[in-house]
Amino acid sequence: MLITTPEHVARLATELRQHARKAVTRQVLVSMGTCGIAAGATPVLDALKREVSARGLTDVDVLGVGCVGLCHSEPTVEIVDRATGASTIYGDVTPEQAAALLDGHGREIKKTWYFPEDEQNAENRLQARIVLRNSGRINPERIEDYIARDGYQALATVLAGMKPEAVVDVITASGLRGRGGGGFPTGRKWRIAAGQASDEKYLICNADEGDPGAFMDRAVLEGDPHAVLEAMVIAGYAIGAENGIIYVRAEYPLAIKRLKIAMDQARAHGLIGENILGSGFAFDLSIKYGAGAFVCGEETALIRSIAGSRGTPTFKPPFPAVAGLWGKPTVVNNVETFANIPAIIRKGADWFKQIGTPGSPGTKVFCITGKINKVGLIEVPMGIALRDIIFGLGEGIRNGRKFKAVQTGGPSGGCIAEKDLDTPIDYDTLKMLGSMMGSGGMIILDEDDCMVDVAKFFVQFTMDESCGKCTPCRVGGRHMYGLLEKITAGKATLDDIETIRDLAQTIKTASLCGLGMTAPNPVLATLACFEAEYLAHVVDRKCPAGKCARLITYAIDPELCTGCTLCARKCPATCISGKPKEAHVIDQSMCIHCGVCYDSCKFSAILKH
Amino acid sequence: MACSGCCCEGRANLLEAYPEKRRALEDYIDRLHLGGDMERQKGFLIDCLHQAQAIFGYLPLEVQELVGKRLRLQQADVSGVISFYSFFTDQPVGRHKINVCTGTACFVRGADKILETFKRALGLEEGATSEDMKFTLSTIRCVGACSLAPVVMVNERVYGNVTPKRVATIIKDCE
Repeated sequence: MLITTPEHVARLATELRQHARKAVTRQVLVSMGTCGIAAGATPVLDALKREVSARGLTDVDVLGVGCVGLCHSEPTVEIVDRATGASTIYGDVTPEQAAALLDGHGREIKKTWYFPEDEQNAENRLQARIVLRNSGRINPERIEDYIARDGYQALATVLAGMKPEAVVDVITASGLRGRGGGGFPTGRKWRIAAGQASDEKYLICNADEGDPGAFMDRAVLEGDPHAVLEAMVIAGYAIGAENGIIYVRAEYPLAIKRLKIAMDQARAHGLIGENILGSGFAFDLSIKYGAGAFVCGEETALIRSIAGSRGTPTFKPPFPAVAGLWGKPTVVNNVETFANIPAIIRKGADWFKQIGTPGSPGTKVFCITGKINKVGLIEVPMGIALRDIIFGLGEGIRNGRKFKAVQTGGPSGGCIAEKDLDTPIDYDTLKMLGSMMGSGGMIILDEDDCMVDVAKFFVQFTMDESCGKCTPCRVGGRHMYGLLEKITAGKATLDDIETIRDLAQTIKTASLCGLGMTAPNPVLATLACFEAEYLAHVVDRKCPAGKCARLITYAIDPELCTGCTLCARKCPATCISGKPKEAHVIDQSMCIHCGVCYDSCKFSAILKH
Repeated sequence: MACSGCCCEGRANLLEAYPEKRRALEDYIDRLHLGGDMERQKGFLIDCLHQAQAIFGYLPLEVQELVGKRLRLQQADVSGVISFYSFFTDQPVGRHKINVCTGTACFVRGADKILETFKRALGLEEGATSEDMKFTLSTIRCVGACSLAPVVMVNERVYGNVTPKRVATIIKDCE
């Protein structure tokens, strides 16, 4: 159905809400993001649908929704009573439980973690949802669901009478900063592009989420794709672009599928394409696929990739907002940044500024993973303390182990130790702590993790992903990896640590793009907080966490060994010998330190030093 | 996007042997709005390579040449792009593509041990394909299923919370 005027959007929303109120008394929401499906949500959805139709319940709506963020208990089902708004969430659901769930039985999840129905009650909760407002609440494949929740209302407001400059003013006043990691003020970027006189301008949505351990953009695209489309049309109007491109990872097939459905629906409703809402403004969208290159998250590299070339970054200036794709003014914004736009237009810049900190207003979505009890996707106001995230929402460290550090900002970020956990986090404080916001991956490490090994992991990542264009990053990264290898192999000297510091500084200052400039961060941050651990590797030739394989020796305790021969049979280097029922011995000269014997021994007879 | 036919691995003269696959690729290129500006025409290269890899399973030289010719690009441009992006491969891959996720969450939860176990069980190095074209063992950077870490992806199927002990079961599932 074509929506032809801005007023029509609000009218349609009211109609849809009235209809839903009459027709549906209960909603059964099954979380169907990529990980929900991997955990088995599809058979659950089918079983619930079957059960509802078998019981002849015509007023119960069973729908697949996006990620609610309760990754630790997936698959999850939420049952909402439409009349009272009350809801219950059940975790670890199986298809066999379908009937019981409809009767209100199942493993209920405490709502300290997630408060869906609590939009008015902002006190006593750690989360605040702007970006994930609809994720887990609506069927992402139904535009009507989005419209009923004030979707496309912001676009209607804009096209009903705001001048493009006024839109840029609102976004500037809101203080919204780029959520892709850098934190550049979005309004300023838009203003630069809007001020360019050009016959052609481009707007790009950066959905090339490459940070390992970050999946918030995927969650938004899978759970609320229309929010991104709406924001892109608004941004296109504000900067004077008629072409939008969504550059999305090819590794996200579900996100791509839902984006395509959303685009078709938006086009059919006249919300993208020619003469949008009868305003005369035209804006069209297309999708481009990434092909597995981390550096393409950098905007100039991304633009080169869209142009069909190797994704190597280019010098700035000129900035893309002045000369980007095909040499035309181009604005590149991240998915999460876009998802904030409709809410800011609807509720105003002042509302947005109340949330978060003065320097970084709004919320941030984080993926908390690693050694934490409640792994999940959360959206919190900026300025929250890491302690509240890790020990509040995340409910502390797995298996009763001790917290060691939290890694933020992915391969460009750093580690934050216990002493800084109470710092209110935003773009600026994280930078001060030697880390960065990045795209919002948050990996929790415990006492069993070796910080040198973690730093090596990230340096290996940036080394592999370096595009090779500039020498500091290409050669420096490799060199740094070599030095870290030396440390974890127990072959380094104290001079090597100094060399690393030196080298890190050079790579930081002399690299061409953000990838190289931030690549040494994981090393510098771990060196700053955990120097003792580096020294233990170098001076004592020991890995305190017991992670670095080549610094571990395995031996067999003859008292405990029963001679069961299991370790000898499992040893890939065949360096364990001994007769059955007699104590075995490891030949240290042949041992490859793989730890298979340690893991396989049923009598705890293998000693690890 | 796995090859739909799964019978084209390693064969020479793919384009002749599979005219229907060639047709599918050419049809795709026909539908693009080519022509005009050479520079902008290059913007379709990555789309075409995605399509070609979906059809053939990998990108052998003859397929690269076909794409290059249609887009009026030098072979160096085409192979340069293929070698840059890890998604593209010019080598045939096995029927079961085993991808061990080595993203950060999987790394801290022991992905290295999972990879080692696969290497030993299959007798393959990382990135290698078995001679019978049954398995390709590789690593992948974060599939975004961090809550299930460590994760292994076999073709499109995701296995979560993998332990070294489960490796044998996963391999068996491929039988």
